[in-house]
Amino acid sequence: MTNAWTDIKNTDLVIIMGGNAAEAHPCGFKWVTEAKANRGAKLIVVDPRYNRSASVADFYAPIRQGSDIAFLMGLINHCISHDKVQWEYVKPFTNATFVVREGYAYQDGLFTGYDEEKRDYNRDSWEYEIGPDGYAVVDETLQNPRCVWNLLKEHVAIYTPEMVERICGTPKEAFLKVAEMVGECSTPTKTMTSMYALGWTQHSKGSQNIRGMAMLQLILGNIGVRGGGMNALRGHSNIQGLTDLGLMSNLIPGYLNIPTQKEPDFTTYMSTRAFKPLRPNQTSYWQNYRKFFVSFMKSMYGPAATAENDWGYNYLPKLDVASYDVLRIFDMMKNGKVNLYFCQGFNPLQAFPDKGKLAAGLAKLKMLVIMDPLQTETARFWEDHGTFNKVSPADIQTEVIQLPTTCFAEDEGSLVNSGRWLQWHWPGGSPPGEAKTDIWIMAQIHLRLKELYQKEGGAFPDPIVNLNWTYKDPGEPTAEELAREMNGSVLADVYDPVDPTKKVLEAGKQLSGFGQLRDDGTTAGGCWIFSGCWTEAGNMMARRDNSDPGDAGMFLKWSFSWPANRRILYNRASCDVDGKPWDPSRKLIEWDGAKWTGYDVPDIAPTAKPRDVGPFIMNPEGTSRLWVRKMMRDGPFPVHYEPFESPVANVIAPKIRGNPVARVFPDDWKTFADIGDPAFPYAGTSYRLTEHFHYWTKNNHVNSVLQPEQFVEISEELAKDKGIELGGWVRVWSKRGELYAKAVVTKRIKPMTVDGKIVHIVGVPIHWGFVGAARKGFTANTLTPFVGDANIETPEFKAFMVNIEPSTGPVVA
Amino acid sequence: MNMELSRRTFLKTSGAGIAGTTLGAFGFSEAEAAVASAVKPFHLVNTTEARNTCTYCSVACGIIIYSKGDLRKGEKADIVHIEGDSDHPTNRGTLCPKGSALRDIVKSQTRLTQPMLRKAGSNAFEAVSWDVALDKIARAMKDDRDANFVATNSDGVTVNRWLTTGFLAASATTNETAFATYKVVRSTGILAFDNQARV
Repeated sequence: MTNAWTDIKNTDLVIIMGGNAAEAHPCGFKWVTEAKANRGAKLIVVDPRYNRSASVADFYAPIRQGSDIAFLMGLINHCISHDKVQWEYVKPFTNATFVVREGYAYQDGLFTGYDEEKRDYNRDSWEYEIGPDGYAVVDETLQNPRCVWNLLKEHVAIYTPEMVERICGTPKEAFLKVAEMVGECSTPTKTMTSMYALGWTQHSKGSQNIRGMAMLQLILGNIGVRGGGMNALRGHSNIQGLTDLGLMSNLIPGYLNIPTQKEPDFTTYMSTRAFKPLRPNQTSYWQNYRKFFVSFMKSMYGPAATAENDWGYNYLPKLDVASYDVLRIFDMMKNGKVNLYFCQGFNPLQAFPDKGKLAAGLAKLKMLVIMDPLQTETARFWEDHGTFNKVSPADIQTEVIQLPTTCFAEDEGSLVNSGRWLQWHWPGGSPPGEAKTDIWIMAQIHLRLKELYQKEGGAFPDPIVNLNWTYKDPGEPTAEELAREMNGSVLADVYDPVDPTKKVLEAGKQLSGFGQLRDDGTTAGGCWIFSGCWTEAGNMMARRDNSDPGDAGMFLKWSFSWPANRRILYNRASCDVDGKPWDPSRKLIEWDGAKWTGYDVPDIAPTAKPRDVGPFIMNPEGTSRLWVRKMMRDGPFPVHYEPFESPVANVIAPKIRGNPVARVFPDDWKTFADIGDPAFPYAGTSYRLTEHFHYWTKNNHVNSVLQPEQFVEISEELAKDKGIELGGWVRVWSKRGELYAKAVVTKRIKPMTVDGKIVHIVGVPIHWGFVGAARKGFTANTLTPFVGDANIETPEFKAFMVNIEPSTGPVVA
Repeated sequence: MNMELSRRTFLKTSGAGIAGTTLGAFGFSEAEAAVASAVKPFHLVNTTEARNTCTYCSVACGIIIYSKGDLRKGEKADIVHIEGDSDHPTNRGTLCPKGSALRDIVKSQTRLTQPMLRKAGSNAFEAVSWDVALDKIARAMKDDRDANFVATNSDGVTVNRWLTTGFLAASATTNETAFATYKVVRSTGILAFDNQARV
């Protein structure tokens, strides 16, 4: 989230699209209710189902799953053509005025540089024109046909209300009503907030769904302001933290990157990370990248990271592909290329697509290690559960080690919430039986591995034996020790270069923030964006002062928010070019003539003069981006692409199947149903119920009583067509697998007309499996296709094709 | 005993501390005994409190865990109740249908309590000690890494990667756990490293 849960109360219009906050985030949704009750805010819900968020909305518009970009580009087209644009924001604070170089073009669903064979673009032409002064060329008058604004206008022109209806199945009148309500928020004193979740991410073009709304929010001037923002409602208690800490194939904590093999040495690696400003005076804060990187390496390798060995650059592995994400690793597993796999609190047999393929992969491992507080299907993938998991254990040679871990109630530490608050918690109970903390387990594994390498030698032991592990009890580092390490500390005294008698930093002290990080080895810091979380003043994450000056919803003394305790990102943009708040009644910060002050920590240098420095300090432009240069694989503007399985061909680009640059593994093409395949005529989608959390709460008696049994949801019209009764058994199958469930026949789902064709929707809640307290059920991912988003490989769980028929239920073995 | 007596009147009439006596004066002595015997002691008496965060979604509602026994004194602590923290700015004490049943997930019948091993081809788990489990894991990692570590690619560039082992990290563990995990996993050269962010 750019903003905080408590800030939603400040909004005028909430748009929930790509999520269902009332059911999936009920206690966060209370802030929507606050905004409605106290500010008279309105709520719009756009979703394939009339869900519980929709049931309390002021306006609901249906949409076919997988068509959100057409809807969003339609909204942008409407705002541009009806002059619903906050010009005082758009001109100075976005790259609308930037001129794009000759050679870049878009036609029939593709941008310049497409290579069909590689399913990839050469993106070299997707850049600004650079002037003789070395800066990007801008045209303040917006007359240049190649400036971003004119390219955008042209790009979205095809998404008319009629086209939106044709692609999305949303009636034109409903779309226009949404457009009208959204357009009202283009004034400086009205704001809209976007609340989204997996309904947008779990598509082969998920990242572009989100970009589409971000662009709209910029056009309306709603980023950086109270009651505005792009608010990703994240699904797990610390998934924000694990992402921040870079537990991904290609990341280093704080959104730094693991090197690729095209960067053989540190100098080459840094050469593409200069982040030289693209306009005069701009902050371009990533210019400090080297400080973050070197301090991270000092945290990892301590004295073994030196200037002479480029801070241990070769201790880091180098990538040969974009990433070894879960989809890639399970594809490799199925092809016999993986021997050992660890699952820490994760149940991939249910959480990733195409269960059949996942199970085949697990069966080819030599060893699977599970660390979990609970039984999972993954840990028991080799166990025969009849129709729910039909396997022959004797044929599966994988050794499985299952390690019992503590849960939240039994350990100490911090979690990052959706609004980037790092909140500390304390244990309340003793672990059951022999359960141990994950920290203890990881430490024990490390110490044993290190000992083996010290005794026996072996392949490149250096990064293992030199790992900085100077904890009081190396067998179990404490949460405090690790938190202090992430914050960062001074390793050697640092003196003022101008006055060498003056000590600037003192060895052994905690850093007060990332501004103190250095690239000469005198500071260490595990995760630069967390710096400030545990300073010399103590544990800032444990703060519990819930005062809220100005009733602004910021709560600056409650816990710690990254970065720098800032609660609303880009908050400099809450003021006009001169530093005056757009809406004085919703002041966040302001320029007092000498410095920035207010209810939030300013997201700009405290004394940076308003007209000199732009608000988007991380970007070399100093502005936000309506057009994203070469930074996304599938294009600098979003384009409507159909899901890989779809009831209709792409109306605006009939020859293009799915997202043209999404990665598809060779074996998987044949597992996708053809476009409009009559064998799989219904549009399937997966979702969650308010009584359950993923695959966890089926282990929990109360929640298993509340929602005991698997079901699928269909319209009355489809039920009638197929002779399916409410509460009757059905079989649902895709080209990859099948499940049996009870049918809920509902008015919440209606058939839609898409490109002249009636499309029925089949809703598949995901919570059942073959272990736990609830009745056994089928994992929903038996149905879903093995393909992910083109940029970050989030699986396409929200749009796939199925068939359905009445049934007598599963045959229990 | 056919007089109407609202709770408010009752409290006004009786007053705290002299309730027994007053009840007696009303002629309630038998009723008093019956009520007293039916009233269960308040179940949070003599519990310790710990501030914590709900383990489910990222609204991150504040919760209070009530336990018998005090971990801070080195005692065993048994969780008896979990409720919303009314001081918390986000949830202000409320919890959803999942959060309201948090105690049940802590106490789930399917919690794991000891290390288990499923041997190749077997149809059951068997209990093993922590030492056996951890030694097996370290040995398997060492052997696989030594056999498959890629020090240089075909162009002779140092790449120091290990691709035959992968690690899938959690989504509900602490930052501190995540950082310790990062250090241990990355130091081995593993690139097949991922978490639940995508799902």
